[in-house]
Amino acid sequence: MSKTVKLRKGFDINLAGKAENKISDSLKSRTYALKPTDFIGMQRPKALVNVGDNVKAGTPLLLDKKNENVIYVSPVSGEVVDVKRGEKRALLEIVVLADSEIEYESFNKYSVSDLAKIGKDELKEQMLRAGVWPNILMRPYGIVADAEDTPKSIFISAFDSSPLAPDYNVIFKGEEQSFQAGINVLKKFTEGIVHLNVNPKEEISPVFLNAEGVQLNKFIGKHPAGNVGVQIHHVDPISKGDVVWTVNPYGVIQIGKLFLEGKYDASKIVALAGSEVTAPQYVKTYTGAAVKTFTEGNLKSDHVRYVSGNVLTGENIGEEGHLGFYHNQFTILPEGDYFEMFGWILPRFNKLSFHRSFGLLTFLNGSNKEYKLDTNTNGEPRAFVQSGAFEKVVPMDILPVHLLKAILAEDYDEMEALGIYEVIEEDFALCEFIDVSKHNVQSILRDGLNLLQNS
Amino acid sequence: MKFLRDIVAKAKVPFEKGGKLERFYYLFESVDTFLFVPNETTKMKGVQVRDANDLKRFMMTVIIALLPALVFGTYNVGYQYYHAIGQEPASSWDMWWIGIQRVVPIIIVSYVFGLFIAEFAFSVVRQHPINEGYLVTGILIPLVMPPTIPLWQVALASIFAVVFAKEAFGGTGMNVLNVALVARAFLYFAYPTNISGDVWVYLGGHQPIDGYSGATPLALAAQTLESGKSVVESFATHGGYSFSNFFYGFIPGSIGETSVLMSLIGAVILIATGVGSWKIIVSVFGGAYAMGLLLNAMGANQYMMMPAEYHLVIGGLAFGAVFMATDPVTASQTEIGKWIYGFMIGVLTVIIRVLNPAYPEGIMLAILFMNVFAPLIDYYVVAANKKRRLKRATV
Repeated sequence: MSKTVKLRKGFDINLAGKAENKISDSLKSRTYALKPTDFIGMQRPKALVNVGDNVKAGTPLLLDKKNENVIYVSPVSGEVVDVKRGEKRALLEIVVLADSEIEYESFNKYSVSDLAKIGKDELKEQMLRAGVWPNILMRPYGIVADAEDTPKSIFISAFDSSPLAPDYNVIFKGEEQSFQAGINVLKKFTEGIVHLNVNPKEEISPVFLNAEGVQLNKFIGKHPAGNVGVQIHHVDPISKGDVVWTVNPYGVIQIGKLFLEGKYDASKIVALAGSEVTAPQYVKTYTGAAVKTFTEGNLKSDHVRYVSGNVLTGENIGEEGHLGFYHNQFTILPEGDYFEMFGWILPRFNKLSFHRSFGLLTFLNGSNKEYKLDTNTNGEPRAFVQSGAFEKVVPMDILPVHLLKAILAEDYDEMEALGIYEVIEEDFALCEFIDVSKHNVQSILRDGLNLLQNS
Repeated sequence: MKFLRDIVAKAKVPFEKGGKLERFYYLFESVDTFLFVPNETTKMKGVQVRDANDLKRFMMTVIIALLPALVFGTYNVGYQYYHAIGQEPASSWDMWWIGIQRVVPIIIVSYVFGLFIAEFAFSVVRQHPINEGYLVTGILIPLVMPPTIPLWQVALASIFAVVFAKEAFGGTGMNVLNVALVARAFLYFAYPTNISGDVWVYLGGHQPIDGYSGATPLALAAQTLESGKSVVESFATHGGYSFSNFFYGFIPGSIGETSVLMSLIGAVILIATGVGSWKIIVSVFGGAYAMGLLLNAMGANQYMMMPAEYHLVIGGLAFGAVFMATDPVTASQTEIGKWIYGFMIGVLTVIIRVLNPAYPEGIMLAILFMNVFAPLIDYYVVAANKKRRLKRATV
C-alpha cells in the first residue's frame, strides 16, 4: 500500500546557478579516480594495483582489508598513473588515465527472463566482484552494506531536494529497462518491500513511474523531504537491531546494467551548477572524473570553491580534484575568506537565513529568489544555545539537540534511545547550516555513529 | 576599511599562538569579531555555506527588544521623581535627565563588572571564547533593579551572578539559572532593605510631598489582607492607580518592569524574529490568569478576589514572561516542555504573591524555581520520545 507523507518542517536553500536542461557530451576528463575516503566506514583500504598497471572498466582497484569480499573497481579503462597517499601512508586516491575508447571487463550477462530465475547468491557474487555493491548502503550508519545481512526493506529516493540538485528526469532519462532490472535484482535480497519514493509536486520520470515490484510512496515538503533517511522514518522506521538498505537510482541502474549488459558501466550525467559557473548544465562523464575539464573557461571568477556534491553535504575537492563516488552534482561557489566590518549587525537582504533575527530580511524575498552564497561562516564558533531552531528543520520525531548532546557526552544508551540509528549526516545537514553557534553538526553525528559502530 | 583591518591584523600578532599575550587571545578575539566578521570559511567536508545568523545577532535582537522597556523605564524614573516631590518639571527633558542620571551609571557598572571584569577574567583563566550572552544579561540586570539601588551593590550582584550562576557551571549555554535573576535574588536576600520597601522611587535627597505613597501595586494589594478593603478600591484611593496606569507603566517599580505595553512591544519583536518562544510567553500569562481565576473562585480574602486580569499587569509578570522566562538556555528546551514550564511560572507567581505575604512579588522566584525544574520537565518529554521509539520496535 503506497503512502503519502506531507512534511511541514524543513528549509529550501534556493541557490543561483541551476543546471540548464542541456547535456554536454564534449567535456572529457583525462583522469578518473577512486577515493577510499568516499566510503565511510572503510577501515583498512588496500590498493590492488600499482602505478603503470593497465586496467579496464571493472578491474579491481581497491578493497577494505576488514571486509575483503566487496571489491571496488575502476570506472574507466586506462593506465594507473597515481596512487596517492596521505599521512601515515593512508590511501587517498587511485588515479587512472583514461583511454579514448573505454574497454570493459566482461561479466555474466542475462536476459530479462533469465535474470528472474537466478538465485540471490549468484547475483550477490557478481555484484560484489563487479564493483556495484558499494551502491548499496545500510542504515544504521550509512556505510556500504554487509552482504551477509538480510534487510527488512530497501529504500530508493527518486528525487533530490537538496540545493541545486540535478533533475532526475534529465540524468536518468531512458534508463527504464536498467532501472527495472536493478529493482528485480534488489528485490531478491529482502523479504520486505522495495520502497520507491517520489515527489508528486514535480514531474515524475517514467523511469520511476513505470517501475514494477515496488511500493511507490509520495513525499511532499521542503528539503530534506528527498533524504532517504527521512523517508524511512515515516514509512518503515529503524529500531535497534533493524537493517534497512538504501540505494540511489544511479546505483539501481548500474546494478541493472551489470546484469543486462555484462559490464561495469560507470558513465553518469552530472549537474554542473553554482553561481560561479558561466554555463551551468549537465555533463556526461564517468564516476570519479577530474573536474578541471568542466571548469576551464567556464567560471565567472577565479576565487572559487570546487564542491563535489551539494552545498549541504559536499566536499571541497579543489581545482585538481575528482568527483566523489556517490555524487552526481558538482557545485562551484565563491570563496568567502574576507573580513566584513560590523557584518554581524548589518541588514542582510542577499545572505540567506533561516532565521529572522534583527536585520535578517531574506524571509521578505519570497521563496523564488535565488541566492549567491559564499563559503564564509558568517560568524564564529560559540556555545550551544538552544533556540528550538534545529527542531524546525528535522522532519522526524527526533530531538536533534538532545541527540547531539548525548553524542558529545558519549552516552551510548542515550544515543540509541534518542534514535541515532535513524540518521546520518545528510539528515542533520540543515541543522549545521542554520546553527547560530556554528557547530560542525555533521561531524559530531558521525563521531557518535563511529562510537556505536566500533563498540 | 582595508586600512582598519590592517591595524587590527597587526595588533593581533602578539595575541596569537606563541605570542607574548597568548593568554589574552580570547579577549582580543572578542574585540576583533565585534569589529569584523572573521574571514573563516566552511570546512572541507560538510556544509559549504552557512546561514547569515550568528550568536551576536541573535543576542542583539534581544537587546533591541529590550530597548522600549529601557527607554520608557528611564523616563519613568524621572516621572516618578517629580510626581513624588510634588514639583512640575520645566520640560519633559528634565524627567529624561533625572532618569538618565540614574539609569546609565547602573548599566555601565553592570557591564564593567559583569563583562569586563568577571567574564574576561574567566575567559583568560579558562581559555574559552567570550560568548555574547552577557550583552543581554548586562542590560537585564539594571532593568530589574530599583532606581535607588547603590552602584556598589549592582557591581557585586553582577560579579556574583556571572561567577556563581554562569561560569561555575561552564559558561554560556550551560547555566541552570537565569543569570540576571540570580543577580537580583542575590541582592534580595543579601541586602533586603535596599531592594524592598520604599525603594521604588528615586527622590534624590528630597522629601516626598505629604500624603504621597510610593507603594507599588503589589504592596498595596498585600496590605488589603489586613485592611479588608477591596484591592481595586485601594489601588484607586492610594496611588490613583488604575488598570490603564499599570498597563502603560506610570507606576513605581524596578526600572524596566513597570510598563506592560513596552514588554509587549518587546514580545512582538522577540516572537516576530523567532528569537523568543511565543509558547512560553503565552503560557506564563495563561498560567497567571488561570491561577488568578482559581483564587477568585476560592475568594477567602480581598487579595484572592482581586480580578484575575490585574495579576497580568501589576509587578514584573509581563517583563519576566517576555524577557526572563524565554531565556533559551535556562528554559525548558522541548516544545511540549515549554508549555508546562511557562504555565507553571504563571501559576507559581500568583501563588507566591497572594498566598505568601513574606514576598510581595513572585515572578523572580517563580522563574528561578522553574529554571531548576526545566531539566526535569525535559527529562519526561524526552523519555516520552524514547518510549514512542521503543513502542514502535515491538509492534
